[in-house]
Amino acid sequence: MTSIATMPRTETMMLNLGPQHPSTHGVLRVLLELDGELIVRADPDIGYLHRGIEKLCEYRTYHKCMPLMNRLDYLAGEANNFGFCLAVEKLLGIEVPKRAQYIRVMLAELTRIASHLFWLGTHGHDLGAMTPLFYAFREREKIMDLCEMVSGGRLFPLYFRIGGLAADLPAGFLPAVWDFVKTFDEKWQDYDTLLTENEIWKERTVGVGVMTAEEALDWGWSGPMARGSGVDWDLRRDNPYSSYEEFEFEVPLGTKAGDTYSRYLVRMAEMLQSNRIVRQVLENLPDGPVKVDDPRVSLPPKERVYTDIASLINHFLIIQEGIRPPQGEVYQAIEAPKGELGFYMVSDGSPTPFRLKIRGPSFVVLSALDKLSRGRLLSDIIALIGTMDIVLADVDR
Amino acid sequence: MNAAVALLQAKFPDEIVEVTEFRGDTTVTLKPERLVDICRLLKDDPETSFHYLSMIAGMDYSPQSPRFGVVYNLYSHKNHDRLTLKVFLTDDRTPVVDSVTSVWSTATWHEREAYDLLGIRFKGHPDLRRILMPPDWVGHPLRKDYPLKGK
Repeated sequence: MTSIATMPRTETMMLNLGPQHPSTHGVLRVLLELDGELIVRADPDIGYLHRGIEKLCEYRTYHKCMPLMNRLDYLAGEANNFGFCLAVEKLLGIEVPKRAQYIRVMLAELTRIASHLFWLGTHGHDLGAMTPLFYAFREREKIMDLCEMVSGGRLFPLYFRIGGLAADLPAGFLPAVWDFVKTFDEKWQDYDTLLTENEIWKERTVGVGVMTAEEALDWGWSGPMARGSGVDWDLRRDNPYSSYEEFEFEVPLGTKAGDTYSRYLVRMAEMLQSNRIVRQVLENLPDGPVKVDDPRVSLPPKERVYTDIASLINHFLIIQEGIRPPQGEVYQAIEAPKGELGFYMVSDGSPTPFRLKIRGPSFVVLSALDKLSRGRLLSDIIALIGTMDIVLADVDR
Repeated sequence: MNAAVALLQAKFPDEIVEVTEFRGDTTVTLKPERLVDICRLLKDDPETSFHYLSMIAGMDYSPQSPRFGVVYNLYSHKNHDRLTLKVFLTDDRTPVVDSVTSVWSTATWHEREAYDLLGIRFKGHPDLRRILMPPDWVGHPLRKDYPLKGK
């Protein structure tokens, strides 16, 4: 019998994953403690992309905060501004016109498809399936073109405004969206064929990173991450904003097993549902103004600024001094592509936010990485980071 | 939402400082001493069942005193509603509050962030260290007396 004294001494090994590593989706460093190939502990080291956005906002008028919001989850730029605008509008107690609400929904859902396509491409690529990336980026490029059409910006359209939209849709935009909507379901089949029943894909994802529904809520998971565990919850359906209650869509739950494969199925199915919502927007888009008729919030039309002194003063005041929401504190959350994106906004009645706390979905999801990876193989952590669909700009803010 | 407020008024009447409604958001301001018990009750009670903590926001209300506060936003998947809890911390120099990590695991990183950016300490937190700023950073950037462009 071998005594303890003669047994070879074993010790764990520390390994740095990142901060520069293609699979960490940005600048993420994970400090791994390994026992052979098994993960004993994973400690994500974040903050490399911390730009102090919450602090910067305290020194900017509400409109000037919006370019910063685009840069939270930069794969879904306009979704961040959607939540931000809704939060300021909640403080102000205003509701934007129906047409603006519908157009916002359309942009938000196109953004969701683009974000999910990016996730699909990179997640597949991380796990050795290179082909889906090319197909996914084919359609994502079309959405980028649509964003460019509407405002000139591709990743950062900056098209939403507090109180509505910057301008009405440009000519030719709706036919271009129709082209996308009509073909997308068929193109989607290409990704589905490549991965869904793929044996290698299933080997890498089924049963990897399992989270029960209860654990998912305990760890603050939302969006596709929680739905993959069978949490039947979607803020668009359960706490509708911006007229989401007027659209028909399903909330996919995958296999409800809470593993990487289930979350894959959820996001895949969500793309089709988003496309369905965009189609409904196109079919039912109402006419009317795209800005709220409130001189405290909306800029007057340019031609009036040049001809009418009251409009000129109004324009000057909104640009120079900004808008002044009443004193108060609100929390507004939206269903962003990656989960619940919340803004806790405190106004002291001045033109700048007194405090803005951004609840980014990526930050919350990443906090459970240690729990998910313990006891798994080193190669599984690549699948886990991929399935979390994190954007480090959203984690670090 | 009134169910949660009514529950707190029945079980912890002495802990409630103020209940406010603004734009449909209900905020309950509490004394900090029994915060963890209150959170546990709100989570475990079958009527309210706040199993989900959306976020924790550290607050610096300077120059007001008490200066520091912590805001908790809870969500109930049963009723699909929210509740905001707020506590003000009595000590302006070394603000301390009990950690709610034993109630919701997700609080771990939120509390680390509030500690990092505002210097609020959470008693009972398993791993309270900086998260966004480097470990050797001096000061807490989100405090109102911290200059925008650094020191």
